[in-house]
Amino acid sequence: MRRLSVVVNAALASRAFYPIVWLACFTPGLLLGWRIYQAFTGADPSALGVNPTETLLHTTGRTALSLVLLTLTITPIRRLTGWNRLQSIRRTLGVWAFVYALSHVTCYVVFDQLGDIAGIWDDVANRPFITMGMLAFSILLVLAATSTNAAIRRLGRRWQRLHRLVYVAATAGIVHFVWGQKADIREPLEWAAYLAVLFAIRIGLAVRKRRRALQAAVTP
Amino acid sequence: MILETRTSADLPWSEVTPETIYRSRREFLRTGVAGITGAAVAVLAACGTADVAEAQTTLGFTPNPKYVATAADKLNTFEQITTYNNFYEFGSEKGDPAKYAGKLTVKPWTVKVDGLVSKPGNYGVEDLVDFKALEERVYRHRCVEAWSMVIPWIGVPLASVLNKVGPTPSAKFVEFTTLERPSEMPGQRTNILQWPYLEGLRMDEAMHPLAFMVVGLYGKVLPNQNGAPLRIHVPWKYGFKSGKSIVRIRFTDKQPLNTWQIAAPNEYGFYANVNPNVPHPRWSQAHERRLPNLFSNTPTQMFNGYADQVASLYTGMDLKKNF
Repeated sequence: MRRLSVVVNAALASRAFYPIVWLACFTPGLLLGWRIYQAFTGADPSALGVNPTETLLHTTGRTALSLVLLTLTITPIRRLTGWNRLQSIRRTLGVWAFVYALSHVTCYVVFDQLGDIAGIWDDVANRPFITMGMLAFSILLVLAATSTNAAIRRLGRRWQRLHRLVYVAATAGIVHFVWGQKADIREPLEWAAYLAVLFAIRIGLAVRKRRRALQAAVTP
Repeated sequence: MILETRTSADLPWSEVTPETIYRSRREFLRTGVAGITGAAVAVLAACGTADVAEAQTTLGFTPNPKYVATAADKLNTFEQITTYNNFYEFGSEKGDPAKYAGKLTVKPWTVKVDGLVSKPGNYGVEDLVDFKALEERVYRHRCVEAWSMVIPWIGVPLASVLNKVGPTPSAKFVEFTTLERPSEMPGQRTNILQWPYLEGLRMDEAMHPLAFMVVGLYGKVLPNQNGAPLRIHVPWKYGFKSGKSIVRIRFTDKQPLNTWQIAAPNEYGFYANVNPNVPHPRWSQAHERRLPNLFSNTPTQMFNGYADQVASLYTGMDLKKNF
């Protein structure tokens, strides 16, 4: 295990690591872009399926959600394994999650609502399914906007508190997914189970930390 | 039964209907030989057939000039209609029915007719549907999920089927049951919906000339993923009202429950008439996406555009309550 850690940490320290992560985040977008290209040039008119908008919405939505959950997976893995360099990609994953969420919302605004502000407002105000999605998106927007080094410095200790909202975003995203289904909620429930595991690990780590702090306090 | 077989060699379903040929045949029928039944044409076309195993079955039919494709309602392609389906018996993804329905056995097929009816019993498809009287109707199909297609169905008025078995005057509703056969329908091995799938209509709705009993699509025998061998299409209602692969027709004096109403009574009612003014709790029904369009920019019409024919069925009813 220790040897593995050395190897992993060396890999994480290599110069190729960051570009690989970046490319991995970009890949779902590239693949989707390729399908869009094929569909619109007529090379393969069915590349996006019979309902292209639905394909775009589902692909971008799923990718955004998986990247949010991946972001939340970084810290538990780091804490459990000591692969500390992982921390450096958390921001990249988070910003990419926002990019996919933005594409998702853009598809909704353009293709579903044709940019009709009144229609969008009607949805946000009256349809909890959309309200939840917009809540998740708004949080990601704020977090992406405050992800720069300057913002981190300026916000100081408040930055971490603010960025814990990512848990709310993940939860809202999954609820949005569940409420978007007509009957078959098995897939979003799998995502929910994964989020629950992440929560459990976080709580476990917090409890351990507190216990150690208490122990340190009572031992002279 | 007038079913003519016709070889199209080893073509998969997705390629059996080159639209140009299909359209030219329709045009031929409409213009030149309006009086000759499509069956005769099919017989001509069938000359020289041999390979029965791989044959695609063509139906003889007469196009109904009242329900044809127009500039506003262009036909969806055979491929679109047969690869994007809500048929939860095969799975909840739109591609699942096309993937899994091929294994469904549709011959032999028995429909149980019971309840308030003078001639109850077990019927074959040919006993219920007069294959000599098949007509083609191009209907708009509006899904409750706010997408729509335009589909050339082959079938007979539902009333002609129901009249064969003679519902008694006390029958006020008719309930349609879809096949339950988990061994061939993988979606039924999950409990995403209650099985078997149930749907129902008021008798006057079921007897309305627009209500259609479908056995074919694009001039061919209905593909399994679209509800073979026997399905309903009620064009002024959301798609889920149109039961597929029907095995039981029950006449009753009480309003039957339908599966989606059982699953989510606040979202899906018994009537489910297409209505742009009554939103689904989770999305608006004011517009629809006419597939394969990207934009949801087709205004949804009251009763899916069939208001002139069916609005009178609902005179005095609060359609917001009876959604």
